[in-house]
Amino acid sequence: MLEWPTLVPLPVLVPLVGAGLALALARHRRAQAAVSITALTVVAVTALAMLLAVQDVGTLVVAVGGWDSGVGINLVADQLSTLMLSVSSAVTLAVLVYSVAQGAADGDDGAPVAIFHPTYLVLSAGVSNAFLSGDLFNLYVGFEMLLAASFVLLTLGGTSARIRAGSTYVVVSIASSLVFLTAVALVYAATGTANLAQLPERLDALDDGVRLALQLLLLVAFGIKAAVFPLSAWLPDSYPTAPAPVTAVFAGLLTKVGIYAIIRTQTLLFPDGRLDDLLLVVALATMLVGILGAVAQTDIKRLLSFTLVSHIGYLVMGIALSSQLGLAAAVYYVIHHITVQTTLFLVTGLVERRGGTTSMDRLGGMAALSPLLGVLFFVPAMNLAGIPPLSGFLGKVGLVQAGVADGGTLPMVLVVAGVLTSLLTLYAVAKAWNRAFWSRPSTVGREEETAAREEEVPAATTAVTGVGGVEVREDAARQARGGSVLGDDGSRVTGALTGAAVDTAELPVDARRLPAWMVAPTAGLVALGLLLTVLAGPLLAVSSSAAEELRGRAPYVEAVLGDGTAAGLAPVGGRGGAEAVGTAGSAAGPGGEGGDR
Amino acid sequence: MTGVTTAPPAVVLVGVVFVLVATGVYLVLERSLTRVLVGVILLGNGINVLFLVASGRAGSAPLVGSSEPEDMSDSLPQAFVLTAIVITLGLTAFLLAMAYRSWQLHGHDEVQDDVEDRQVRDRAVRDETSGSYDPDDSSDDRSDTGEDAEGADRTVGDTALRHVPGSGSRPAGRRDGGPA
Repeated sequence: MLEWPTLVPLPVLVPLVGAGLALALARHRRAQAAVSITALTVVAVTALAMLLAVQDVGTLVVAVGGWDSGVGINLVADQLSTLMLSVSSAVTLAVLVYSVAQGAADGDDGAPVAIFHPTYLVLSAGVSNAFLSGDLFNLYVGFEMLLAASFVLLTLGGTSARIRAGSTYVVVSIASSLVFLTAVALVYAATGTANLAQLPERLDALDDGVRLALQLLLLVAFGIKAAVFPLSAWLPDSYPTAPAPVTAVFAGLLTKVGIYAIIRTQTLLFPDGRLDDLLLVVALATMLVGILGAVAQTDIKRLLSFTLVSHIGYLVMGIALSSQLGLAAAVYYVIHHITVQTTLFLVTGLVERRGGTTSMDRLGGMAALSPLLGVLFFVPAMNLAGIPPLSGFLGKVGLVQAGVADGGTLPMVLVVAGVLTSLLTLYAVAKAWNRAFWSRPSTVGREEETAAREEEVPAATTAVTGVGGVEVREDAARQARGGSVLGDDGSRVTGALTGAAVDTAELPVDARRLPAWMVAPTAGLVALGLLLTVLAGPLLAVSSSAAEELRGRAPYVEAVLGDGTAAGLAPVGGRGGAEAVGTAGSAAGPGGEGGDR
Repeated sequence: MTGVTTAPPAVVLVGVVFVLVATGVYLVLERSLTRVLVGVILLGNGINVLFLVASGRAGSAPLVGSSEPEDMSDSLPQAFVLTAIVITLGLTAFLLAMAYRSWQLHGHDEVQDDVEDRQVRDRAVRDETSGSYDPDDSSDDRSDTGEDAEGADRTVGDTALRHVPGSGSRPAGRRDGGPA
């Protein structure tokens, strides 16, 4: 009989081994896809098993290499880790199936993108490593794994647009990593350890000023990765250029790894909540600036990127409240947001495929063209905006409750801003829905933008053709410049007239069916989003008890270092300090059954 | 842990960290990817030296049996540094490849503005009710935005994006040349 902790390293190991295999099988497309899908299925099953095991037997700890805790590196799977891991592995698997189907549909045999699968698996391993790491330096390594993989995925094909977007992304990411590395060095200088279980006690013993400096450094590093407002400008700039599945998995996971790191350090390492007010202000700015940016966009991908930034504000708000209820709602909201944001980007990929563009100026009548696509977009869009009874609504209600329970001026301002952001999100996605899906298709595109957007070749084409794609696009540009000629031929879908769809424009619209295996994972994720609503009760119970564990701090330390080692650790103070006990009982949230755990 | 509290950090090392990080930050703020690359290397090395400062007083080699544990250097930061060096090497290689690709495509390796951002800004220029844009206030020297405003009614082949006044011999915007 295997012990439960044996499972813990698997989500890191399996994708890494899979990546090696996939690289060796670069010439055998089907085998490569099979290896990747198998590896990620194993990860998803493992994560789910660990989630259940942790509920049963408590935190799982593995000392890697057999070194004692405090000397070697630990992998720690507690409730928060396993919850994040389960959702992220489900999402990565779905996106992988989507991209395999996209590759098959485009007939990319022999194309120079054999690197996609190995890189994608390394990304997945990096995400798992970050979630499971029990060591600050290992967390850094996890970040680097996923970042290095994301660099490759973002610049896949090396086209002009992607190199431009990639430059910003790579430089900003490296800068944040260097800040993080500096923070690790200073933490080690101050405490003599990088182990997350040993740090709480030693950090508590430090001078206040030193501790504040370390906390700020870590917050800046994670804030860049999580795209928190003043540090978020890189995100809408770089994400929309990547292939649809890549953007989807980035949007779902990468910023949330940053959020996870913030939750972990804010609760475990710096429980006194001295920066909570700062975080609340930052959350406010993130919400409002992000959503106002989204309202101004005409491209669906960019609109979604801005809403992604905006909704990071909700998560930071939950963390900053640092009450039981606030943390529980934040954890639930993370899960909801990973699922919904990924789904929306995948659907946008389908829209781009069907309509030839993601610009709202040139899309129209998509709902008539493909009712299924309409449903697939509509449900997660409403979920994102927080229409009852969907999971986005439940998460927001939880956060609002937490804000009201706190009662301070700043939290109340945040509550108002949160509701306002929710309304503006509704406005933004409704605008996208109206213009792209519901309106009558217009036949005359805006010509000046047509020329400017000549680079928007559908992701798949660009990825596949690589250097060769340049010629296709030059061709496309020429056609687009003579846009009026093309624009008058009376086709229904304007997008198909632009250079973007040059390779498919000659086909009759009905011939460009959506591949079933691209629709299936998207539909699966839509269903997962709905499932989050149906299972809101148990899920809130889990997130609530995860929040309790986080706020206690001692459970984590004792699980790693042994019983009695955390006797002197104070629990997380919370903003008001005294409110901690008061709200613990009302943590049930909208699900109504969370408080009894 | 052993050396942490016993000795003050070596002033020379702290000075080296300061110089490397300061020059690194300056270079990372440049627009040319090659300079950013050099900046990243300097920054990475500066932080690696910072780890040596963090490890405390220097001692004998940390090999079991060679000397007393109290006299040994702290080996954990050295392991950190080794890992960080490997990671920085990989990232450097990637940045170099990206700078090269950028040079292949554009003939230079300067990071360009976001085209969509420019379009949003151009819309703001055209919209007379929008007071959110002031052409004189633009710090973007790459495109002469005053002319962009006049060119609102340009025809398709000659949008603000294709034709950037004042950019000289540098290929403007997002032209896709093949490999140079």
